[in-house]
Amino acid sequence: MAASAQTLEELARHAEPRWPWLAAVANFARRRPLGAVGAGLVLLTAVLAATAHLIAPYDPLANDYGAMLAAPSAAHWLGTDAFGRDVLSRIIYGSRTALTVGLGASLLGASLGSLIGVTSAYFRGRVDLLAQRVMDVFFAFPVIVLALAVVAILGTGAGNVILAIATPMVPRCARVVRASALAVREMPYVDAARASGFRHQRIILRHMLPNVMAPILIMATAFLGEAILLEASLSFLGLGVQEPTAAWGLMLRGAAVEFAESAPWMAIFPGLAISLAVFGFNLFGDSLRDALDPRLRTQ
Amino acid sequence: MGYYILKRLLAMIPTLLGVAVLIFLLLRVIPGDVVEARYLTQGSQFQSQDLMDQERQKLGLDKPLWKQFTAWMGGLAHLDFGLSMWTSAPITEEIKLRFALSLQLALMASTIATCLAIPLGILAAIKQDTWIDYAVRVFTIAGLATPSFWLGTLMILGMLIIFKWVPPMVFTPIWVNPWDNLALLIWPALAVGYRYCAVGTRMMRSTMLEVLREDYIRTARAKGLWLKLILTRHALKNAILPVLTVISMEFAFLLGGLVVTEQVFNLNGLGMLFVEAISHRDYTLTQALVMLVATFFLVINFAVDIAYAWLDPRIHYR
Repeated sequence: MAASAQTLEELARHAEPRWPWLAAVANFARRRPLGAVGAGLVLLTAVLAATAHLIAPYDPLANDYGAMLAAPSAAHWLGTDAFGRDVLSRIIYGSRTALTVGLGASLLGASLGSLIGVTSAYFRGRVDLLAQRVMDVFFAFPVIVLALAVVAILGTGAGNVILAIATPMVPRCARVVRASALAVREMPYVDAARASGFRHQRIILRHMLPNVMAPILIMATAFLGEAILLEASLSFLGLGVQEPTAAWGLMLRGAAVEFAESAPWMAIFPGLAISLAVFGFNLFGDSLRDALDPRLRTQ
Repeated sequence: MGYYILKRLLAMIPTLLGVAVLIFLLLRVIPGDVVEARYLTQGSQFQSQDLMDQERQKLGLDKPLWKQFTAWMGGLAHLDFGLSMWTSAPITEEIKLRFALSLQLALMASTIATCLAIPLGILAAIKQDTWIDYAVRVFTIAGLATPSFWLGTLMILGMLIIFKWVPPMVFTPIWVNPWDNLALLIWPALAVGYRYCAVGTRMMRSTMLEVLREDYIRTARAKGLWLKLILTRHALKNAILPVLTVISMEFAFLLGGLVVTEQVFNLNGLGMLFVEAISHRDYTLTQALVMLVATFFLVINFAVDIAYAWLDPRIHYR
């Protein structure tokens, strides 16, 4: 793709827009319609999470025993669950859980992974070999067992779920970032930094890390959707966030399955919320990947 | 080539040893053990601390860690997995049927995924940036976004409401009753296959796009070859390798990673066994399972690398 030529052309066309920021957004939307849809969904999730306490029609934890398993109506747009809690409000509040765990896990996994990847590429030799072998072990280890073990050791709860989800992401990110960092390692500016007698820490953090930011960003956005899915799976198994917290995976568990025939809204809407949010993050991530580095493909 | 194969096989040993150490230690860090877990479910059997200690002694849990580890390794060396700490049955017996179920499900899902992914990916690549391409991309990204357990719930729900029919809930091996077996497993295979096919399609599309820009494709077109022939003879052969990688990696993952889908369809596969084994603190069973899945993963990885050299004459391993 002749990205640079296109960009230049676009730049010339929008030489002096009145609102440069707005023009950039409009430009992105026109060139990457799918990416714009993704960005819109991401924005929607973020806004829902940020303003949950203002826009949710009901308290997500409040039981209304008069309206248990009520079908969608004007009062409860998406119906209520087995405890008479409003499904819409729980979905809105659930976006907080999804975003917290998703952002936390992907940031933690990507930053730890990239640090290991860059360090191992920088030192090469024995350090690199050892790091690679350790990563191989984690690779061969079944993801779900790793997550189960972390939860079993530390207990359930949002913080531990973040840790459990981030753990399997570390080696994957380390492997991709290491490959890019190996190329950066050969750059003259790294030689120059070494010749100037900078400490290892400074070269790794200030000279190498910023130059492998593109693959790191791409990995982090790809992880975000996956983390939200994993959180939902863990919560669905009862190993993630615990009741009565509003979380999408949790809403699909228990009563949602039991009463699936008589109250299908309990099983349908939270799953739809998961799919739409992850769909948005993936679309957005895809376009970001194309924009940042068309050569790099992680999937 | 022979030397390379030997080197790769030998390199599996330290990785597996690392996996063994990791799972061994992880399990011992998890609070509680099998005796306590059993005490919690069937309390009356263990009235006193003494009885519990006796039970631990019987299972060898009182020995120092290094002794437990070497005893386990000694057993593994001649493929003896030992007894399950929870049921006291031989682990091979515990795993056998469940492995058959997981393997069959994984095979079915990969067949579905491969049969869809390759044509869809090629189609999207040839029709790049048309509505067909967009439709395929939306279909695949939605596949990555839809949790397979939710898709499974929807399938069951749909069949229940529309056809008043639920898939059988008891697993029968395919050699006993193929019809019942397929009626049960086709649904989870479809639910899982969707995501799986999405991963494959995306890979197929992007490698195909890359290959279609190569000079030899232009040459083939310039000399007036049929598009169909170019695609199957020239392009597909070169574009298929990375697709092969993701499909086999995903296959290895399916064997042990289907916990949630198995739960939705009430299947007793390896995934549910993992959850049970860990919650029972059944050290021996969990360890055996992890080693099994890790070995499978490494062997598939290895097989893919060999397949690369076999399919692509440009690749030589030393």
